[in-house]
Formats: sequence, C-alpha cells, structure tokens
Amino acid sequence: MLFQGSTMEPLTLFDKIWDAHVVKSVEDGPDVLYIDRHYIHEVTSPQAFESLRQRGTDVFRPERTTAVADHNIPTTDQHLPIRDSVSRAQVETLEENCRTYGIEHFGIGHSGNGIVHVTGPELGYTLPGMTIVCGDSHTSTHGAFGAIAFGIGTSEVEMVLATQCLLQVKPARMRITVNGSLRKGVTSKDLILYIISNISTSGAAGYFVEFAGEAIKGLSMEARMTICNMSIEMGARGGLIEPDEITFDYLSRITSFNSNPEAAKLTEKRLSLRTDPGAVFDRELEFDASSVPPMITYGTNPGMGMPIDGIIPDHEQSGTDNAGSFNKALEYMGFSPGMKLLGLPVDYVFLGSCTNGRIEDLRAFTAMVKGKRKAENVTALIVPGSQQVAREAEKEGLTEVLREAGFAMRQPGCSSCLAMNDDKIPPGKYAVSTSNRNFEGRQGPGARTILAGPLAAAAAAVTGRITDPRDLTTVYDL
Amino acid sequence: MKREKFDLLESTCVPLPLADIDTDQIIPARFLSATSRDGFGKNLFRDWRYDKKGNEIKDFVLNRAEYGGAILVASSNFGCGSSREHAVWAIADYGFRVVISDSFADIFRNNALNNGLLPVQIPSEMLSELTAKIIANPDLIVKIDLERQLISADENGISVPFAINTFRKQCLLNGLDNIDYLINMRSRIIEYENSRGGPG
Ligand code: SF4
Repeated sequence: MLFQGSTMEPLTLFDKIWDAHVVKSVEDGPDVLYIDRHYIHEVTSPQAFESLRQRGTDVFRPERTTAVADHNIPTTDQHLPIRDSVSRAQVETLEENCRTYGIEHFGIGHSGNGIVHVTGPELGYTLPGMTIVCGDSHTSTHGAFGAIAFGIGTSEVEMVLATQCLLQVKPARMRITVNGSLRKGVTSKDLILYIISNISTSGAAGYFVEFAGEAIKGLSMEARMTICNMSIEMGARGGLIEPDEITFDYLSRITSFNSNPEAAKLTEKRLSLRTDPGAVFDRELEFDASSVPPMITYGTNPGMGMPIDGIIPDHEQSGTDNAGSFNKALEYMGFSPGMKLLGLPVDYVFLGSCTNGRIEDLRAFTAMVKGKRKAENVTALIVPGSQQVAREAEKEGLTEVLREAGFAMRQPGCSSCLAMNDDKIPPGKYAVSTSNRNFEGRQGPGARTILAGPLAAAAAAVTGRITDPRDLTTVYDL
Repeated sequence: MKREKFDLLESTCVPLPLADIDTDQIIPARFLSATSRDGFGKNLFRDWRYDKKGNEIKDFVLNRAEYGGAILVASSNFGCGSSREHAVWAIADYGFRVVISDSFADIFRNNALNNGLLPVQIPSEMLSELTAKIIANPDLIVKIDLERQLISADENGISVPFAINTFRKQCLLNGLDNIDYLINMRSRIIEYENSRGGPG
C-alpha cells in the first residue's frame, strides 16, 4: 500500500506523499527521498553530468528523467543554429548527455519542447502523488496536481541522476486556505501576488504549503499551476493542491495518461490523496478571495506588491525591517513612497513564462486586446510556454486576433523571464511582466520589472500605461 | 569524491547587511551559460560590483580595501530566488568559506552545504551586533568552530552557538561527499523500488 488510509492518525496530503517516498531516515539528518520524476534543462544540468562522468557512475534510472532545452534558447528562428556560441554549446551539451545516458530529450523546435514546467504536465509526466524535482526553483508548479515538487541545485541533480534519490530534511507544513471566490477581472496571479505581499518573500521559508479552500477548488489547472509556481516566491519549499475532479478531468484529456498503466491505479487511490480531516499543520493562514484586487509590484522582490490602483508605501507601512533594502529597491525602480503607478507609461510588456505562459493566459490576454491596437510606445513579447500552447493558440484563432491587434507571437522558451537569450529589457525601461521575479536585472541589466497578471499586462499593452484591467473592458469574465 | 574538510576558520569578515539578496544578484543569469563549475567568482555580485562599463563601483563592499576575508556576513533571507548552484560556486570561488545570516533560503542552504560552504544561522540581534562590530572594526577576527558549533570574536566577548544537523556536520568535518553516500545505498534503493512493485 503506497499511501496510508485515514483509519490511523489524520495526516496531511504532504505527509502521506513524503512518507511513502522515504527510502531511509537518517538520524538527526535528512531523509533519503525517492524521486518519481526528474526534469532537467540545459542550464543546471551540465555540471551534474560532468561530475557523474568523473565519478565513473551511470544514470541509475534514465527512464525517470526527461529533458528540455528552454532557459537560454532564442524565441525567433528556432530552426537556425543558435547564434550565441556559449548558449549553443550548452544546448548541445544537454542533447549529447541525453544521448549518452539514454534520457528522453525534447530539444529546441521539437513538438514537445517548451518551458520545463509547462511541458511536464502537458506530456502527462506530472501526476498526483508523485515526488518531482528539477534543477529549477519553479518546479513547485507541478504541486498543482497534488504532487510534492520542488527545485534543487546541480549537486542534487547529480544525486538524482546517480541514485534517483535525494537527501532532504522534511519541511514543516503550512496550509493557506482561501475562502470565497475571486472577483471578475482578478486572476490567480493576482491572488498569489496578494498572498505574497501579505506574508513577504520569506514568509513561508522552511514550509511546504498546501493551498486549500473554496477559491482554490474553483480554479482551473492552469490557474492552480500559477499559484503553486509562485509558492517559491514566498520562500516555501513548494506548494500543493489536493487533486480533485478538475485535476482528473485535465489528466483524462492527455493522450498519454489514458494509455499509462499508472492512470488506472491512480484513479483508484485518488481518494487517499487527501488531507485527512483533523490533520495538523505547523502553521495555518486564511485569506478571503473576494478582497483580492488586480495586483502589481513596485519593488525588486515579489513580496513588494500592491493593488494596481494603490499607493507605494514607505518602508514602515510596508512592514519591512530592512529600510536600506527597501529604499534601494525603490531607487532602482525610479519610484518613491506615496507614488501611484496607475497611468505610468511603460516600455515593454512580456506575456509568458512558466507562471503565465499557458493557453489560459493567452486566452485572457487575447480577449482583452481583441479589437484594440497595441500601443505605439510598447514593445510586446508574447511568448507561449510550449509548442503545444502555440499550436493550441493557433487552432483557437488567438494568434490571428493578436496579429490583428499588432502583436507578433514568439516561439516558446523562458525568454524575457530571465533574459539569458536576446529577449532583454534595456536598462531603465519599465516592463509589465507576467513572469514571477522582479529582481534587479532579472530581465536584463538595469531593467525595471513590474509583475502583473495577464489581464493587467494586456491592459498595459493596449494603453501604453499601467491600467486597471477592470476599467478597460467587460471582457474579463474569463 | 573527496571534499575539503571544514573544522576551524579564523578570518576577517565582509559585511553586506541587505535583506532578501537573491541569486540573480549573486550571479546574474547572463553568466550561467558555462558548462563547468569554475570561474564564477569573478562575476560574483557583478552588477553591484561593476558599472556598465566594467569599472569598479567604489563603495560596494567587495571593492573596499578595508574589508576582506573568508566570511560573508549577510542579512535575512539570503540566497532567495533561483535554485542556481552557480550562486554558491561564485561565492566559494571568490574565496568565501562561510556565510553568516539570520536566515537563508532553503535551496541556497542545501546548495551551500553540498559544496562545503558553511551557512551559519544566528539570531537577528546577534547578527546586527556582529555586523555593527565589523563595520566599526574591519580587522575584527571572527572564529567559526564547526566541531563545537560556535562563532566567537574573543576580544569583543561575542560567542554565539549555531545549529546544524549532525549528518551535515559530519559530512563537512570529514570531507565526505553525500553523493557517494547515496551511491553506496543503491541496493537499499532497489529494495525500496521492489517494495513498490519494481523500478518502473
Ligand atoms: S520561465 Fe522563468 S521561472 Fe520559469 S523556468 Fe523559465 S526561467 Fe525559470
């Protein structure tokens, strides 16, 4: 029996999954945790393979690892060789390593290529009850399916390649319950930015967070992925959501899922993939979804968020202890306390990333810009999260609507989210971005990032300014 | 593989009392394209250390002659953000062996420990006091005793214990590599897989 039933002491879903994957507990130390699914990409894996070679060790379970090139690939002309020689070497190294060790690889231009956290679920590799890791902090995304998924470093990538296991200290448990439902024009991105602005960028450090409550249950899988994706931005080890009808519905639409022998077993045991009533969390927080407005960030960490029509606080109002860091952030952004951002002219809009590069995000953005024109002063980067998302957008006619409104669709990849490729925001320029990090220089040296949801990004793209999406249209009933 | 052992370190410190220093600041993404682990130190804190023309920014702490040593004294939530181990490689390659703070991001802490860089967590008040003392006297020698789990700076009477789990401590003290530890457990791992109905 993989998962304990609820006849014994009530357990959280997190505990059930974790405990079922412990190969061995090390006394006063980490657990040896078995990993069901391992995703790798070109940036954080080469040194792991290199070290594996030096050790003379093979890859223990190559069939449990899946690779994509995503972080530093260009988003135009993907059929041509990558121009930047260092990036090209990294992408080729991944391909070569996968060939050597027999690892499945979805390279640039492949129909299964895309951002690792977008493709994993699409391909049916991310399943409820699993342990999933990747050398990337936003691995937390996969928790939306009721899995324990978290980011790891390169030494840990090597551990998983060599043994399919990790040494991990079990995190504490937190539950965030979101009651009520989101208002019109408010997205799951706004909800998670709201939560992070309340508990700060380190508010969940040391915890694994379960998101629960009516508002969460009401979200689509795409929206749940956005929530879990950004759990790392409040410092959490990861976030997860109990699998339910919506989860299994989503899975049943994936071709490979229905032919997967695990699927039948999974459907059987789905009732045990729950947090038992009365299970104890180390910390519990509650939020009311109906009080969440469209959000934007004004600083250089995702915790520095406010309502889109809000006023930038000073460091005391913001509840930050470190005045030096707070003021440095505002200075970098060219803002000051007391300022309103509504109406601020912006230079770039980025729709994409593993946070908001899914089909639903493209639908929301498109619904908003339909029949309007891209603002002259805005350079827009519309980057689908995967080849599949791009195909779907084409099929649904979204690409066409975007084209009519003056937007060109790029090819999939991480793109401007971390600007390892050419999709950099120039120094001093303002970018409204649907990605997850507004760190100094994240989108290019000197770039000033304002994080927002896809509706606010669309509103900025057509007005050329920070605009409350609720003021613009009534189409946002999505 | 053998790693460098860590037991005692006595050094001056470099103070960097900013909260939420993320791994994009420690090593910006544009320097992550390498496929080896070496040479990241020269780009540590790149955009705080050098201006756009590549000139040193004089008042950044790494460019100030009075500060140096193998201990970085940071502030809360150090190493948040990306999981890039390059951040740890950059800090270690630059010459730091210890980072002191009142809190670390979880992935950063693991990455540090896996590379023999010791993250030392002490209470906030002690951190503020230590930072102030270092700023007042950049020549202050701080002693890190991993065996006894103690930080001290004698002439100032500072003596603070710190926690670390026993397994990690033994690995560091003995220069053990925990990947070897796991590889030696493969038969146990296979047993586990079989108990679940095979490796598939
Ligand atoms: S889209 Fe951004 S956050 Fe997501 S995996 Fe790529 S770089 Fe990381």
